[in-house]
Amino acid sequence: MKVGVRGVSVWGPGLAGWAQAQECLQGKTEWVEQEQSPPPASILAPNERRRSGPVTRLAMAVASEACTVAGMETSDLSVVFASANGDGGVIDSILRALSEPGGEVSPTQFHNSVHNAPAGYWTIGHNSIAPATALGCYDWSFGLGLLKAASEAVVEQHPVLFVAYDQPIPGPIGKVRVTKGNFACALLLDPNLSQQAMAQLNLRYVPRSTLPIDMPPHKGLQALAADNPAARSLSLLTCLAQHRAGTVRIACQPGQLEVDVSPC
Amino acid sequence: MKPLVISAGTAISALGLGVAPTHTALRQRQSGLVRCNFSGGTQGYMGRVAGVEAHRLPEHLQQFDCRNNRLADMALNTDGFYHAVAQARAYYGPTRIAVIMGTSTSGILNSEIAYAMRDREQDTMPPGFDQQHKQDLFSLPTYVAAALGLEGPCLTVSNACASSSHAFLDAWHWIEAGVCDAAIVGGADSLCGMTLHGFGALGLVDEQPTRPCDADRHGISIGEAAGFALLERPGARMVQQNTGYQAMLLGCAASSDGHHMSAPDPEGRGAIAAMRQALVRAGLDASDVGYVNLHGTGSLANDAMEDKAVHSVFGGATPCSSTKGWTGHTLGASGSLEAMICGISLQHGFIPGGLNITHIDPSFQARVVTDNVDAPVKHVVSNAFGFGGTNCSLVFGAAQ
Repeated sequence: MKVGVRGVSVWGPGLAGWAQAQECLQGKTEWVEQEQSPPPASILAPNERRRSGPVTRLAMAVASEACTVAGMETSDLSVVFASANGDGGVIDSILRALSEPGGEVSPTQFHNSVHNAPAGYWTIGHNSIAPATALGCYDWSFGLGLLKAASEAVVEQHPVLFVAYDQPIPGPIGKVRVTKGNFACALLLDPNLSQQAMAQLNLRYVPRSTLPIDMPPHKGLQALAADNPAARSLSLLTCLAQHRAGTVRIACQPGQLEVDVSPC
Repeated sequence: MKPLVISAGTAISALGLGVAPTHTALRQRQSGLVRCNFSGGTQGYMGRVAGVEAHRLPEHLQQFDCRNNRLADMALNTDGFYHAVAQARAYYGPTRIAVIMGTSTSGILNSEIAYAMRDREQDTMPPGFDQQHKQDLFSLPTYVAAALGLEGPCLTVSNACASSSHAFLDAWHWIEAGVCDAAIVGGADSLCGMTLHGFGALGLVDEQPTRPCDADRHGISIGEAAGFALLERPGARMVQQNTGYQAMLLGCAASSDGHHMSAPDPEGRGAIAAMRQALVRAGLDASDVGYVNLHGTGSLANDAMEDKAVHSVFGGATPCSSTKGWTGHTLGASGSLEAMICGISLQHGFIPGGLNITHIDPSFQARVVTDNVDAPVKHVVSNAFGFGGTNCSLVFGAAQ
């Protein structure tokens, strides 16, 4: 199935938005491992901005930038948000509260604990009634999320904004389920191939593949891709940044997603 | 959209395991709700599945053991579902069947128990704690795929209480795009401290058994459930024997409220859009629908919003009711459970009248039925809404 990429964004260690990340992924500037703080979610009213956490802020930053890069209206755009860990901070604090006598849970934390909270805040910020899907597919959230987002775009014949994000889980769970860095990326996918796009993707789900999955060439970025589910996007993002044609293999469960990239 | 067929489906809840006990309880107007006494939660009533504590997962899948996956496994072994999937697997091949599950809390109960036992000085979990195979959202489809011997792509959709309804839409996308030929669609959500205490903190739990659409309704009763449907293209293969329930998925649509994280848009803008689009995709008019199975949680805000939305789409003549007075609100699993109730309605020409209603809310304009009705039903709409302002509507028709 084929879709055009009309907008893209990334925020992660040493990657602060598409313009800077593109130069870095092209090898023009050196990648420096340094946490980047994403901009505040300006689309949210102060109330919502206060209630939403850092995970929402991270997801909003890439979602907004991908729309800006594409020069597209956002209010009626369908979105697919994928994250393995969701808001680990909220879950940790609810689980702590439950382990105390009485087990009093904060109402705000409880409604923020739903996995679709960042997607919900996005629709609230844009006063949008378009569908917003929230996926959680462990280390394969990027690959399976992209497969779902592209399928929706092709079947429903409308553009889909795909966002993948993950942050480390604080507390005792995070010592077992280790995630490093705060990482998010977004791709604005359009099934209408006659639209101006930066690249065209041809996607295939391949079960039982024995071919190795692709990792970014840079050692530091390889470590990032291994330690954060959303950063498994880096090999595809590198291909897009370099305007390079090629096939990228992304790990899914149980198979692989093969993506042919053709720059426009 | 091109219709899809549910060639086999089942669900388990407080009403029992599968189609027969659910159908009987609906007919006899016998609720499954009991006083809540689970995981420190004592407020109101709950819909608890009997036998979960004693159920054992297959030996080779013990690493997945948690209440949520036990519920799922119990459902897989109900109404011959496992056997129906085995026949589809033999026909399509294991790599061509996807597993698409909805859940809101997966195996979080396991982590609640582990937190209580954690080393508070080191802030570490007890030895052997396994986040991936129990708590993580992806544990459910991974378990289901392993238990059924399937190798197609897996997906967890976690759109709060609309999760397993949404899974039908996501399955349509993958089947129509050719990613797979068939899909196991469904979900599971199990009782846990997080939802019992969380909904309590929001003041959304009724002290009485939940009374959806009643003038004095005062919130939800939380329940647990697991349900599955084998979804495929109609006529793609001969089905040897009917198991569980059958139905056609004729239309489906999702939308957002864009309004508030935990309160529905009182105007029901998103809910109306989801119902209308699902009908358009089914190629049906509102008057073709014989029954609307409401999301009907029993909360003041949800039921008022849904009445407004249903009335604006269907007018005041189409019978509608919530079945949560029987099962409780089974959160992310409600869509897969209520798909079975829609299947029963279509196959048996039966409309369950809402339970626990003394006086229908006088402000309501839709036709809420309070007594069971025997009448042929050709098409049914099922609604599911959730936190984050997420909506999903499904249109089912009688199996051919």
